[in-house]
Parts: sequence; structure tokens; C-alpha cells
Amino acid sequence: MSGSLVFSQFMGGLTTAMFLFLIASGLSLVFGVMRVINFAHGSFYMLGAYLAWQAVQWVQPSGGGFWLAAIFAAVAVGLLGAVVERFLFRYLYGRDELYQLLFTYALVLILGDAAKFLWGVGQLSVSAPPLLSGSVQILGTTQPLYSLFIVVIGPAIAFFGWYALNHTGVGRMVRAAQMDREMLDALGANVGTIYTGMFVFSAFLAGLSGALVTPIESIVPGMDVLIIVQAFIVVVIGGMGSFWGTFWGSVIYGEVLSFGILIFPGFSLFSVFVLMAVILIVRPWGLFGKPL
Amino acid sequence: MTPLLGVEEIYSAYGLSRVLFGISLEVFAGECVCLLGRNGVGKTTTIRSVMGLLRPSSGRVVWKGTNITGWAPHRVARAGIGFVPEDRRVFAELSVLENLTVAAHAARRSGRWTTDAVFELFPKLHELRNRQSGFLSGGEQQMLTIARTLMGNPELLLLDEPSEGLAPLVVDSLLEQVGELKRQGLTILLAEQGVEFSLALADRVYVLERGAIRHTGPSAELRDDPALRDRLLAL
Ligand SMILES: Nc1ncnc2c1ncn2[C@@H]1O[C@H](COP(=O)(O)OP(=O)(O)OP(=O)(O)O)[C@@H](O)[C@H]1O
Ligand SMILES: [Mg+2]
Repeated sequence: MSGSLVFSQFMGGLTTAMFLFLIASGLSLVFGVMRVINFAHGSFYMLGAYLAWQAVQWVQPSGGGFWLAAIFAAVAVGLLGAVVERFLFRYLYGRDELYQLLFTYALVLILGDAAKFLWGVGQLSVSAPPLLSGSVQILGTTQPLYSLFIVVIGPAIAFFGWYALNHTGVGRMVRAAQMDREMLDALGANVGTIYTGMFVFSAFLAGLSGALVTPIESIVPGMDVLIIVQAFIVVVIGGMGSFWGTFWGSVIYGEVLSFGILIFPGFSLFSVFVLMAVILIVRPWGLFGKPL
Repeated sequence: MTPLLGVEEIYSAYGLSRVLFGISLEVFAGECVCLLGRNGVGKTTTIRSVMGLLRPSSGRVVWKGTNITGWAPHRVARAGIGFVPEDRRVFAELSVLENLTVAAHAARRSGRWTTDAVFELFPKLHELRNRQSGFLSGGEQQMLTIARTLMGNPELLLLDEPSEGLAPLVVDSLLEQVGELKRQGLTILLAEQGVEFSLALADRVYVLERGAIRHTGPSAELRDDPALRDRLLAL
């Protein structure tokens, strides 16, 4: 294995990882704070992709169109998140897992069909914004600028999230809500609003990652289920509800997948599932999680 | 004179198990009132019903003339009622200081209580301010829950069994500190099983028995009449 091949695989894995992190962090946040596993999180991601495509059609030839479209998609999905939380999701808090699973899975089916109805079943694609459509040579490999952008944006959002949770008033409230919801409410915080805010933020991140993935992957029905499985594996590896766990879980997933393909071609997901199985046996609560 | 807090004939239940049977009580500004009674008579349930953590099936909770029955707890807190739970629910993974700032942020009520003022009352908490609160001793956690609630600048403090499970020496210093709050003019509704703690602080008592009020009067009455005390509490 040459050095440049290793580097190339490494960068590919990192790109996958940072996408997964953007998606999985929202899933993990909602689980960590509200104790609900939202299987419809992947559907938010899919809607982000379709909405970005739609918006690009509207604003087309202008140069900044892609960025406007991405922001539009993320905000629209965030708003959808607000509606879903206020009118549906809040009845799930404290219910048992089977109930949550059935409910959020129903949402997956409904949103999946809605997307097929609105955008059909064909493949759609969006081209990378002109600013980032080139590539650069690093260590004898060709790296698309767009991938480098994703590799930068992931840690930036991770740092922002970590900082917000640990060093701001709102972040401390979110952590307190996670520890004792009722107590925080009795101290005067409107925990219902905090929950809505967290859910909207999580949907916003999902919508944003859906929009950002469009220059790299085509938009197809089924992308919702594919991504939620991956995000779920990341969160299980890292530890449910653990912020850094999700970050390192994504990195491990991305790199194992990327080098796994090299070592066992044709079994791309095999190595990832082996990894997850091993972690579940050795540390059922994940690498950074806490035993329940 | 209208009371600061009026509880009017409330009935409360946990699902099908009925716990309160028409509790009425009044707390006037500046008073320290104690709900006295043995295990399981409904002291906590009464306090939770006032706080909005449990909705009474009938009856009213009136705060400064406004009917607040059925209000969400955060609204009750923002109206000026501070709640200190019986089981010291500190936010265990937050530091002492973070517990205080979260509470100040949550209640959004300004007033004399700031972190400095709270540390003056509880100097021990100042020493421990960067310690993770889950690692504090029981007495320190009790101080922290009181301090945390004070950060919301309440006009009435609901104190549920502050002395429970604490060593006698710790209870003494807590008594001192709550006494100081009372001297500063804070209105307090205390729930206690322990006669010593409650009679040392309270101006008036309500003695509860099986979800109803059995006796009410000035605490001096119970203090000076051991026979009455035994009749009401030693059952
Ligand atoms: N969550 C609950 N579900 C069902 N019953 C409850 C619940 N909490 C309390 N009870 C019952 O309600 C009754 C009154 O309880 P409450 O906690 O109000 O008593 P208390 O006077 O505060 O007692 P203690 O001195 O032990 O704190 C008890 O019989 C108790 O078993
Ligand atoms: Mg009690």
C-alpha cells in the first residue's frame, strides 16, 4: 500500500465521517436530551436533499444559488421539525421504546411517500458550487475541494456544539434538562420550549447535511433509510447521547468503511458491522457512553 | 389581609390512589409555616400540588389573589414560588456554580440573590464552587438545593424535609441558615417530620394526618405542651 493510496483512503473516510457526524449528532442530541430515538431523522436528511434540489431549480444560474438553496433547505426542514415536535413528538416523551419506534417509523413511511409523490422516483443531482468545484493536489493525490470543505465543516460544527453545550447559558440548561427535566421546570425554565428548540436544531442539521450531500451523491428514494441505519450505527458505536462519542464514532465508521473496502473488496459494510458487533459485546453502552 | 399563598380544599391523587382530602391552608407574608406529620401523610403531595407538579382534582391554589391551579411549574416558579425538593435533586453532572447559574437563568427573576449573596450565606459552597455537585455530601447537596432555588429570588420558599437524613451537626448549621433567611423576611412553607427542626423555625404549624389537616395553631402551643405534641404526632 503506497503512502498516497493510504492518504487518499483516509481523506475519503474522513469525508464520509464528517457527513455522518452532521447527521448523527442531531440523532444523538435528541436521544440524549429527550430520550427518544427518532428514526425519521434520516427522512429529514432526505427532505433536505430534495428541497435543496428544488431550490436550485428555482434560483438556478446565479453563482451563489447552491448556498442559498442549502440554507433554504435547512431552515425549511427545521420548521418542519418544529411542527412535528409540537404536534406529534411531544406525546412520545416517557413512552416505551416500542411505541417510539413504531411512531417514528410511521413518520419514515409517510415522509418517504410524500417525497416520491412530489419529486418522483428518478435520480436527481445537483452540481457543486462553482467556488468549490475544482480540486487540489495533496501528497500526490487529487482531492476535490468540496470534500475538503466537508472535512473542515464537520469539526467546526462539532466544536461549535461542544462550546455551546458547555460554555453557554442555554447549553447548561440543555444539560440540566437531560439530568432532571422536572426539577429544571420547577426552577422556572420552560422545558417544553427547550425541547422544541433542540428538536428544531437537530432537524436543521439533518436538512443541512441533506443539502450538502447533493453535489456528492445523487438524490434517490431510499436514501432516508440508508442514512438512518448508518447514523444509528455511529451513535451505537460512540455511545447514545454522548457528544464526543458521536464524533469519534463517525470517524471510526468512516475510516473502517474506507479501509475495509480496500482490504475486503465487495464486503464494504462487512467490516463496519463486525466492528459494531464487537463493540456491542465488549461495551454495550458504546465507546463514550455510560452504562444505563 | 389576604394571604400570600392560599390553598383551598384541595384533593390530589396519584392515578387511582387518593392522597389529599381537602387540604386548606394559608401562608402570610413574612411567616414561616410548617406542615408537620409522619411518613406518608401527604406533606410532599401538598407541596407538589402548590408547585404545579401535580394537578389537584379539585380545589384551588391561590397566589397573591390569583388562581394558579393547573399552572405549569415554570410559570409558578416565575410568579415567585421557589421549590426545594425533598430528595435534593442537584444537577449531578454540573458543578456547584453551574447549578446556581442554571437556576438564575431558568427563573429570570432579579433581586437580592446573586451567586455572591448565596456564597455569603453558604461559605462552604464557595469553597466547593467548581466541584461536580454529584460528588458533594448530603448536607452540602442540601445547601446547594436551597441556594439554587434562592437564585430565582422567590418570595415564598417551599422547603420539603430539609433535615432528612442529615447528621445532627449538619442539621444545626442548616437550621441556622434557614433561620437567617427567615430573619431577612423570606416567607417559608416547610414540610417536616422532625419536631425539633420545625418548632425551632415555624411561627405556625399545620399537623397533617392521612391527607387531611388534623390540627392547626401557633407552634408555641406544641412547643410548650408535650402532651398535645404526643397526642398529635406520636401515634
Ligand atoms: N408517585 C406516587 N405514586 C403513588 N403514590 C404515591 C406517590 N408518591 C406518594 N405516594 C403516596 O402518597 C401518600 C403521601 O405521600 P407523600 O410523599 O405526600 O407523604 P409525605 O408526608 O411527604 O411523607 P414523607 O415524610 O415520607 O416524605 C403516601 O401514602 C405515598 O405512598
Ligand atoms: Mg415527603
